[in-house]
Amino acid sequence: MAIAREAEPVGSLKEVREAGLDREDLLGVYRSMLLTRGIEERGHILYRQGKIPGSFYTGRGNEGAAVGVATAMGPEDVGTPLHRDMGVHVVRGVEPWRIFAQYMGRADGPTKGRDGNVHMADSKLGLIAMVSHLPAMLPVAVGCALAFRIREEKRIAVGWFGEGASARGDCHEAMTLAGVRKLPVVFVCDNNQWAYSTPTHLEFATEHVADRAESYGFEGVVVDGTDVLAVYREAKRAIEKARAGGGPTLIESLTLRMEGHAVHDDAFYVPKEMFERWAENDPLERFRAWLRNNADMSDDEEDEIGAGVKKTLNDALKRAEESPLPEASSLTEGVYATPEDLDTPHHK
Amino acid sequence: MAELTYLQAISDGLRTEMRRDKRVFVIGEDVGVYGGAFKVTLGFQEEFGHWRVMDAPLAETAIVGACTGAAIMGMRPVAEMQFADFISCAWDHLVTVAAKQRYRAGTPVPITVRLPSGGGFSGGPFHSQNPESSFAHIPGLKCVCPATPEDAKGLLISAIEDPNPVLYFEHKHLYRRIKGEVPEERYTVPLGKARTHREGDDVTVVTWGAMVYTADEAAQQLEPDGVSVEIIDLRTVMPWDKQAVLESVRKTSKALVLHEDTRTGGFGAEIAATIAEEAFEELDGPVKRIAAPDTPVPFSPPLEKAFIPQVDDVAAGLRELAEY
Repeated sequence: MAIAREAEPVGSLKEVREAGLDREDLLGVYRSMLLTRGIEERGHILYRQGKIPGSFYTGRGNEGAAVGVATAMGPEDVGTPLHRDMGVHVVRGVEPWRIFAQYMGRADGPTKGRDGNVHMADSKLGLIAMVSHLPAMLPVAVGCALAFRIREEKRIAVGWFGEGASARGDCHEAMTLAGVRKLPVVFVCDNNQWAYSTPTHLEFATEHVADRAESYGFEGVVVDGTDVLAVYREAKRAIEKARAGGGPTLIESLTLRMEGHAVHDDAFYVPKEMFERWAENDPLERFRAWLRNNADMSDDEEDEIGAGVKKTLNDALKRAEESPLPEASSLTEGVYATPEDLDTPHHK
Repeated sequence: MAELTYLQAISDGLRTEMRRDKRVFVIGEDVGVYGGAFKVTLGFQEEFGHWRVMDAPLAETAIVGACTGAAIMGMRPVAEMQFADFISCAWDHLVTVAAKQRYRAGTPVPITVRLPSGGGFSGGPFHSQNPESSFAHIPGLKCVCPATPEDAKGLLISAIEDPNPVLYFEHKHLYRRIKGEVPEERYTVPLGKARTHREGDDVTVVTWGAMVYTADEAAQQLEPDGVSVEIIDLRTVMPWDKQAVLESVRKTSKALVLHEDTRTGGFGAEIAATIAEEAFEELDGPVKRIAAPDTPVPFSPPLEKAFIPQVDDVAAGLRELAEY
């Protein structure tokens, strides 16, 4: 039996306005989702062209969930997005050409070729680069929230994890500490139903991951992750609650991982009917239809957004391809930080 | 100058930084009301409040992981592991997250983790270890191992000030046994600069932590025989003062590397290899290592005594080298 609250879908434009998004914002959300998908689709092409070393990961099916949460964050808030959350980077304003440079191991990627795929973040945009050991970024997000609490700042942190990673101890420890100290942090579980090839019933025995929240002393919410506006509304509530001193929330956003774990994986283990069923709920298509039905998005507007995204992607690819590969002589630079590295707004 | 124990000097250093810098806070198990298992933070919560001296749940991963997040947000966290042994539970957060963040993402992680380490009082396999070499092997981390009260204070302040993750190994056997003059004002002791604990001409001992005193007693034993021993206290094993070691070895032509950690893959191996590589022509004998055998730290006194290098073991090693 579920313990977590199951969130309602979002209905009218009026309801969305009340949640804090006007029509312009909504078109911006659509643009971010389109850009997110476009970046990852172009990434596939780069991979097939042999331009991406190593492997390649995407978050197809998770665009709405990532963009929805990021849209609810304030400019001073911070987060630790993961490899299915490209939409967070996009909303926070990372320039797409730097993402392509990152994919290709170029010197202008956020990690300057030192780490690959979505292992990146621009700290100036309030994001912290993920590691492969999931959910290791949850305690880090809790630490950000702790800093805000100690300094009595009205900022919050968002920590992302997957349903697979929910099995690891980091998740439990992070939520325990956040719960006992009522820290301003929002945990977002991207439940895409497959941890590589392992289905949810072999990852956790409760109905929802969010059911666990109660045992840590805060609220759990399950939301349809293909409904960007419902995700936004729940994230906004949780973020403002945390900001007001109400403590953490665990939001579980339910989607299906629409591709393999990474590019090498054809996901043969996912039933075909499951893909077909979830394809009907494609977050991008779903939101596009909503905008046309509820916010009168016109053909012209849609075309204009589509053309703008396409141009951004074309320009970004061109610029990224011009970015040099890192010099081998830079290999040993920057293993240790210098005092000058602390000369940032965060550390003053 | 006041005479302080090694433990008091650690407290003094921490208190000094907390008074000076509001970004510094302490988090750990039982560090607040109880003042820490060894009482390093006794009275701190009264002075700094419960948000700057935080009793954490029994969750080392959360403690070190949260320090990383707070540090990235501009704080200067100081985590206490109740015993150095428990750092294994936070390995991932030091090694996977904190150590690599500067290199791959450009984000400095200025955290200090205090680690009460070392044996000598029947702490058994889980309350006695010296895991510094495991961490010295990880690019991005620094490892500090003070031997004297004066260094304990100055190195702790340097560790907190440093923009990197620093592991501060405080040897439990020295806590109340070792006293010394400690300046009352704030000062720093640079990381990576060794100290000559004792000057000599015939054999060099390279060591750190509690073994500095074992080496000193052994050196005294050899005095009547006219063997003059130089003791280099590394103070920090990462970075380590290669120059000071090589200079001393070039002077004495003989080197003994001593540590309380186990032998195989211990940090002494790195020092011995460096001496062999860079001072081969100046050596008049093989580089000798004395370290604990490759076993877990045993509990019962005769076993533990056989495990930890003793004064007689070191004296015998020094004699052997002197006669070589």
